[in-house]
Amino acid sequence: MTPVSLTVDGVAKEFNRRSIFRDVSFSLRSGESLAVTGRNGSGKSTLVKIICGLLSPTRGSLAYVVDGKPIEVDALKDHIGLVSPYLQMYDEFTGLENLEVLSRIRADHDITAALIADALRNVGLWDRRNDFVRTYSSGMKQRLKYAFAMLHRPEVLILDEPTSNLDAEGIVMVERCVKEQSSRGMLIVATNDSDEATWCSQRVVLGGERK
Amino acid sequence: MKAVKFVSITLITFVLIAGLAIPLSSNPQGWLEFPNIPGLEQKARNILYHVPIAWTTVVAFLVGTFYGFRYLKTKNIDDDIKSVSAAGLGFMFCFLATITGAIWAKFNWGSFWNWDPRETSIFILLLIYGAYFALRSALETEEKRAALSAVYSIIAGITVPFFIFVMPRIMSGLHPGAKGDPDGSGPVVQLKMSPNMLVIFLLGLLGFTLFFIWLFNIRVRLARLEYKRSVHHS
Amino acid sequence: MSVSSTFALVRKDVHSEFRTRYALNALVMFVVVAVATILFALRSDQPTSSVLAGLYWVVVFFTAMSGLSRTFVSEEERGTTMTLQLVAMPSTVYFAKLIFNTVLTFSLTIAVTILYMTVFSDTFVIQSMSTFLVTVILGSLGFASASTIIAAIVAKANTRATLYPVLSFPILVVLLMTVMSATTKALDGEPFEGAVGDFQILAGYILAMTAGSYLLFEYVWKD
Repeated sequence: MTPVSLTVDGVAKEFNRRSIFRDVSFSLRSGESLAVTGRNGSGKSTLVKIICGLLSPTRGSLAYVVDGKPIEVDALKDHIGLVSPYLQMYDEFTGLENLEVLSRIRADHDITAALIADALRNVGLWDRRNDFVRTYSSGMKQRLKYAFAMLHRPEVLILDEPTSNLDAEGIVMVERCVKEQSSRGMLIVATNDSDEATWCSQRVVLGGERK
Repeated sequence: MKAVKFVSITLITFVLIAGLAIPLSSNPQGWLEFPNIPGLEQKARNILYHVPIAWTTVVAFLVGTFYGFRYLKTKNIDDDIKSVSAAGLGFMFCFLATITGAIWAKFNWGSFWNWDPRETSIFILLLIYGAYFALRSALETEEKRAALSAVYSIIAGITVPFFIFVMPRIMSGLHPGAKGDPDGSGPVVQLKMSPNMLVIFLLGLLGFTLFFIWLFNIRVRLARLEYKRSVHHS
Repeated sequence: MSVSSTFALVRKDVHSEFRTRYALNALVMFVVVAVATILFALRSDQPTSSVLAGLYWVVVFFTAMSGLSRTFVSEEERGTTMTLQLVAMPSTVYFAKLIFNTVLTFSLTIAVTILYMTVFSDTFVIQSMSTFLVTVILGSLGFASASTIIAAIVAKANTRATLYPVLSFPILVVLLMTVMSATTKALDGEPFEGAVGDFQILAGYILAMTAGSYLLFEYVWKD
């Protein structure tokens, strides 16, 4: 396991001069886990996007250290996996094609057909691998997102509303992924659900600002 | 800034009056007569107004693009305020330049519009400003609005050297100084004007530039106040 | 590493286009309608070479305006922008979309050329094929290099369909004029050397636009 650490310091985000959240700070290391909780609208998904490098913070900083070397969040494509309701797969491709194409774009040459097959089996989509994603139910789409997030065995796994659209079996799959992640790297879970929050050792609560 | 205001108004008023009042003569004596440039005659007076206005619009564009570029680096909304203020003024001056140009065209060449390279260039600049403001009104988030309009003005800025310098070389034009002009690059570039005319011209240039600075200053202060007020209310 | 990444993204876009045919359908219909309209307007009149050159690029321009923004707008509309941001560097995305747009524009020019040669068989005669070919290649590159970043900008805005031509036209004017001038020369059969000045301008334009867009792309793409 490659040791990864993340230090978030004084991060704040504003849109149109409205503050979403202010002064979020925490630090996390491989093997640790963090729950980000808060009411609807408190900025959980926004914070998640900032952690993944998809959004820049208005103030504050984000520092990743991989194997002792500080790395810019933009260079961390291979090390971050995300499951989020905002993430979409390509409907005009099949589940299998999505994973193949996205891996190739990521230029991750270690991802073999066998690994993709394993990932699909792990999330229970092997039988539907050749069907177009537009024919998938929302639960199946969620499972595909897990396959996509875990395929490259990322050291940083971020789950935004982990069990949305999933049935009981799906929830079991998620719990399995969470367990796997603790031996692989760090885990961040953004959720409203208090049960899910208990998966994590640390907690950050967002929101005092009700707009 | 008060000094800038008064100097600019004084200069422009002086230039307006002197430019129109000083008579032409074929053999200018002293400071109170302009030379009679054959072919241009009374119309030469236009140089004193049209060119400084066109010059100011270019200055405004450069200032606007510069602050846009700074916004991209600093993410400071004040830079965007300056960029937009300059652009608004640039739009106005561009419009004026187009109109003064069209009036001259009517008197000089017979029709208001001819699509020669310089005319086309000023028209394109007008389109760029229009596009810039259309883009801004289509973006809701302040941050996106500032960043994207800055990028657009820089991209547009990159095309400007192409159409201003390259096109007159390809196309022959009507403007003094274009490819087909037998007199060479024209009275402005070659400074063929007599000393007194030159002085008035340069004063006009200075006057309009100061005028721009003064208006820019007012617009920026106003925009900052509006910004503070809206923050206070939300 | 990023070269294979870029081509993987181009392949994805091409693959996607063949599956859905959104852009292709619209473009084909547009070209046919545009050329038909011109045909009706001209009837039996024989246009001069400069008019034909102008009409040629008018059709290319408007067709391009109805199609080139799709590369970014479709990602934004379907919500896959975030997915791409997770797997690809901004420079990879820029070059991939640029390549796709260049290929699309070039195919468009070929289509319009064939159509014109068929429909205006008497007047649209390319006397200087080498000039014409170089013009069309440089023209496609020019179109793509300027339009790609505008497409990225427009994808983030509200009134996308109308905004795209409004933003693109002032930027493309230099390109249009130069390319029309070179095409006229190609139709008239002027020697290749005569068009070299135009080609130099086109090459300069392509370089300046591509460099500028590449450097500024990240400010548009990343929120």
